[in-house]
Amino acid sequence: MSNNGSHAKGRLLIVDDELSVRDSLGKWFTEEGYEVFTAENAGDALTRMAERRYDLALLDIKMRGTDGVELQRRIHEIDPEMVTVMMTGYASVETAVAALKNGAYDYVTKPLDPEDVSHLVRNAISHRRARMENLRLRNTMDEVVRPPDLVGNSALMQKLRDAIDTVAPTDATVLITGESGTGKEVIARSIHAHSPRRYHPLVAIHCGALTETLLESELFGHEKGAFTGAQFRKLGKFELAEGGTVFLDEIGDISLKTQTDLLRVLQEREITRVGGNQPIRVDFRCVAATNKPLEALIEEGKFRPDLYYRLNVFRVEAPPLRDRRDDIPALVDHFVRKFSLAMNKRITRVAPAAMTRLQQHEWPGNVRELENAVERAMVVAQEPELREQDFSLDLNSVLANGAGGGRSLDDVERAHILRVLEECGGNQTRAAEVLGVDRVTLHNKLKRYGWSRPQPVGAGSKQ
Amino acid sequence: MNRIALVPVGDFDRRLAQRLCAPLAAEFAADCRLLPQSLDPQSAFHPERQQYHSTELLAGLQPFADGMNWRVIGLAAVDLYIPILTFVFGEAQMGGPCAVVSTHRLRQECYGLPTDPELLFTRAVKEAVHELGHTLGLTHCDDYECAMASSHSVEWIDLKGISLCTHCRSSAKPQTIANTR
Repeated sequence: MSNNGSHAKGRLLIVDDELSVRDSLGKWFTEEGYEVFTAENAGDALTRMAERRYDLALLDIKMRGTDGVELQRRIHEIDPEMVTVMMTGYASVETAVAALKNGAYDYVTKPLDPEDVSHLVRNAISHRRARMENLRLRNTMDEVVRPPDLVGNSALMQKLRDAIDTVAPTDATVLITGESGTGKEVIARSIHAHSPRRYHPLVAIHCGALTETLLESELFGHEKGAFTGAQFRKLGKFELAEGGTVFLDEIGDISLKTQTDLLRVLQEREITRVGGNQPIRVDFRCVAATNKPLEALIEEGKFRPDLYYRLNVFRVEAPPLRDRRDDIPALVDHFVRKFSLAMNKRITRVAPAAMTRLQQHEWPGNVRELENAVERAMVVAQEPELREQDFSLDLNSVLANGAGGGRSLDDVERAHILRVLEECGGNQTRAAEVLGVDRVTLHNKLKRYGWSRPQPVGAGSKQ
Repeated sequence: MNRIALVPVGDFDRRLAQRLCAPLAAEFAADCRLLPQSLDPQSAFHPERQQYHSTELLAGLQPFADGMNWRVIGLAAVDLYIPILTFVFGEAQMGGPCAVVSTHRLRQECYGLPTDPELLFTRAVKEAVHELGHTLGLTHCDDYECAMASSHSVEWIDLKGISLCTHCRSSAKPQTIANTR
């Protein structure tokens, strides 16, 4: 198909102080199907550039007044994406090479070989268009690949955002700790979305949900025939995440054998598929998360300390919801909007009494529990308001004034544990021995009660 | 009926010129005639380059573009150039009446190969159609089989056909090519 009249091939600016060159080259490129403009000096060229955008400029190096090299520098100041090709005589090839170092696309020697210059200009314009397309797509992707919402403006959330801003642009491995339901995966996605790897995949795997052999196959892939049922080669998560981020959730639940394999991957950046013997290079960033105290697991010999140090390069703590009650109204608002859309229901407000009640609740299941509570309430609610009775909150988990003030078994247990811990001077290992439970169990219970060491709680610190 | 006038440049082979009449007449649905006169190319000669400036030859052809001749094409055996390029196979006045083609680089001998008169003839037809296409306002075509495809080497000329593609035929200035196929 012809390009006649459409000038789809591109718009050229030819800058040369010789009229015969401008005329003959201009006419020749016009026949080639380009839209051609000419300028006889640098000033003329810059004026023309102010009038319209060009795909490519052919610049003569030796011109009276401002020469082509200086003009090329000025053009790139105005339009860094402009492709410039220098035209030179044999005597000034060195100058042309200097222009290349300043960002010129290429140079041609006069007289020009028609085939060479035709290919060069076509390729240079394709190159520019690919770059512009790439820029445009990146801008579009930035619209599409929005970071997930981290809702709330409490001091803890601000600290968390600061930590994410600090670590996201790096390639450092991140360990996210925090109770179940605090949004560790949302944090991982936010780190990925703010990282240079954001245009590549984020591949999440929930380690606790899979058996050892299945997890290995998921992480590292397997070769055809590696085991019964392996009818095809399967790529592992590390290969699927090529260039992106692997999110290993519930890392505290993996076996010692898988920990060893994982350590090797993190160290060598190589994987070997199950049933294979060929190491494969992989490029990924690792973000891991756990709701278990890895330090305690190490003491019990259930977690490799070397893997822990590999994962714990930068630590981010996901705060429990009870420590950021001020964020509850914003979270409720966020979930109401989310479910209003999903359920096609027009809920526009939450009754003050309901909100007070939500802010008093203990939320042992954290944000996930709040989300579920809002979803359930939305199902039964009458438009346009969520009322207190729409929420079915457990009375016993409502925040009591003064720890241990209630009479439920939970309250009694909590009071007892805290008393023993106090007697042991805050030493959890000793308290666990006195109570006859293992340290992990005690730690989990303390976490659930909201007990914390006398140190700042919240977002990350560099290790 | 429109008339295409063929003007030999210097001592161009008149038999070859005569053979070109039929395919050009067919392609452009025009009367095609070899003129008895010829154009002396000496004023366009560049002694350092040992080549002939095609734009000056076009100027020399201009007087032939009178009311009788719709299009004028000069046929040269000498090597042509425009100042900025090492050579050209031909040149045309875009949308104007005159064009010139050279068979110098269409000859197999130019590339150290044995003479091939038939191949030379076919290449000459393609280039003549191509330059006449420019006089009809056509620019280069992305269809590599179309005579208007860009071709800066004989390999590309050999790849394309002797006719304009459907799109180029319909894009050519109206009233210039009868819709003969």
